Amino acid sequence: MKSEKTPKTINFFYFCKNYGMSKKLLLSAEDLRIILFRLACQLKETHGNFTQTLLVGLQPRGVRLAERLLHTLTNHYEVPNVQLSKLDITFFRDDFRRSGKVLNASDNSMEFGVENKRIVLIDDVLYTGRSIRAALTAIDSYGRPAEIQLLNLIDRRFSRHLPIQPDFCGHQVDAIQNERVVVCWKEDDNEDAVYLVNK
Amino acid sequence: MSELSVRHLLGIKYLNEADIRLIFETATQFKEVINRPIKKVPSLRDITIANLFFENSTRTKLSFELAQKRLSADVINFAASMSSLKKGETLIDTVNNILSMKVDMVVMRHSSAGAASFLAEHVDATIINAGDGAHEHPTQALLDTFSIAERLGDVAGKKVVIIGDILHSRVALSNIFALQKLGAQVKVCGPSTLMPKHITSLGVTVETDVKKALEWCDVANVLRVQFERMSASYFPSNREYAAFYGITKPMLDSLEKEIVIMHPGPINRGVELSSEVVDSDQAIILNQVENGVAVRMAVLYLLAAKK
Repeated sequence: MKSEKTPKTINFFYFCKNYGMSKKLLLSAEDLRIILFRLACQLKETHGNFTQTLLVGLQPRGVRLAERLLHTLTNHYEVPNVQLSKLDITFFRDDFRRSGKVLNASDNSMEFGVENKRIVLIDDVLYTGRSIRAALTAIDSYGRPAEIQLLNLIDRRFSRHLPIQPDFCGHQVDAIQNERVVVCWKEDDNEDAVYLVNK
Repeated sequence: MSELSVRHLLGIKYLNEADIRLIFETATQFKEVINRPIKKVPSLRDITIANLFFENSTRTKLSFELAQKRLSADVINFAASMSSLKKGETLIDTVNNILSMKVDMVVMRHSSAGAASFLAEHVDATIINAGDGAHEHPTQALLDTFSIAERLGDVAGKKVVIIGDILHSRVALSNIFALQKLGAQVKVCGPSTLMPKHITSLGVTVETDVKKALEWCDVANVLRVQFERMSASYFPSNREYAAFYGITKPMLDSLEKEIVIMHPGPINRGVELSSEVVDSDQAIILNQVENGVAVRMAVLYLLAAKK
């Protein structure tokens, strides 16, 4: 019943070509591969056999990262049955009616309960921290988890609006305000890479 | 990012297909929300909504109020029976008085066709039409088509018959617009006394034999006989109406395919639908009610975003 949606993911090359922006490579495919292995390893170290753990990818851009981590955990660290959910935070955002654009929701699948679980929130870029605040409220409406941790691929330091810091971090970036960090995934953008783009 | 093309929801006539599909997509997300242990999201926490019901309503009012509360909006309710309308205040004055208490949106039901459009022109608030006379009832049509799409996968290409009192029905008119915009074929069926004169100009076909209509359709949306709107006798008796237009289980069992039965409520059991049909698996009447809250949440959310 759904109509054709415009993809939520940004086609990076289209973006750059059409807006004449300059881009700088922050992380190559090989860098990303190493970081994913490290993050998966850190998760394994903290969560053991993952029986009480639930990975929660934030829609739209955190889900791909969560899927990659799940793949690495299952295939390389041989952890079976890791639970992964997708959380959409649209209705919990604090910029509704303030951002000048309509916020459209993505799919939300939280079929695994959160009660007494150890939750790892997964998102690609941590910037102001407002998405994570919204995610914390959203998780709340499913029950009371035992703990919530935060995993980010990129941490944009010194740009936080809220006291939120990652527990697991792939790479730290000191980007200025008119720069944008774009994470590309092979599945959506034909390559694995992270770019710093001048707006 | 997509948004609605309209600022008010006055009727399905003013929406385009993309608007309806956007409402459906958003409603699907909200349906998931209202099935969570905590069924509330903070999206409309800074919005105040007035529900102005100048005409009686139970489920539409409850459904709207629940949708508003699930979105964390502040709600005030107004029932015409207990108001200053009886003292002679005009509609615009009543609404402007309410708006000066800093109200952002108005959900209104009124017995006069065009009341919502009139208000939208004259006051500064987002207006949602919750039924205006025999004109339109847009959220009902949205939840009906949403329920069809949910049960059958899509509305496009489906054959839908609307059975009953077409003449007095705002649900029929809104449904015709919504179904046609989504690509369904629409037939109307009922006694010729309850059929509007120029109904075929809307692109629908008319059938007076209910058996033939049921054989043709995938979905039958059965309307209530609106005794309260009938100033004259349109048919001899309830029993005669039930005998000619009432749908019974043996009738449904005799059809080649299993059709879907819908009803906007309140049902006159034993008149338009037999009790057996109402309680059967073919009827999606209670799904319609559940979807009503999700669809109204979507409408409120998307209109609030237009500010």
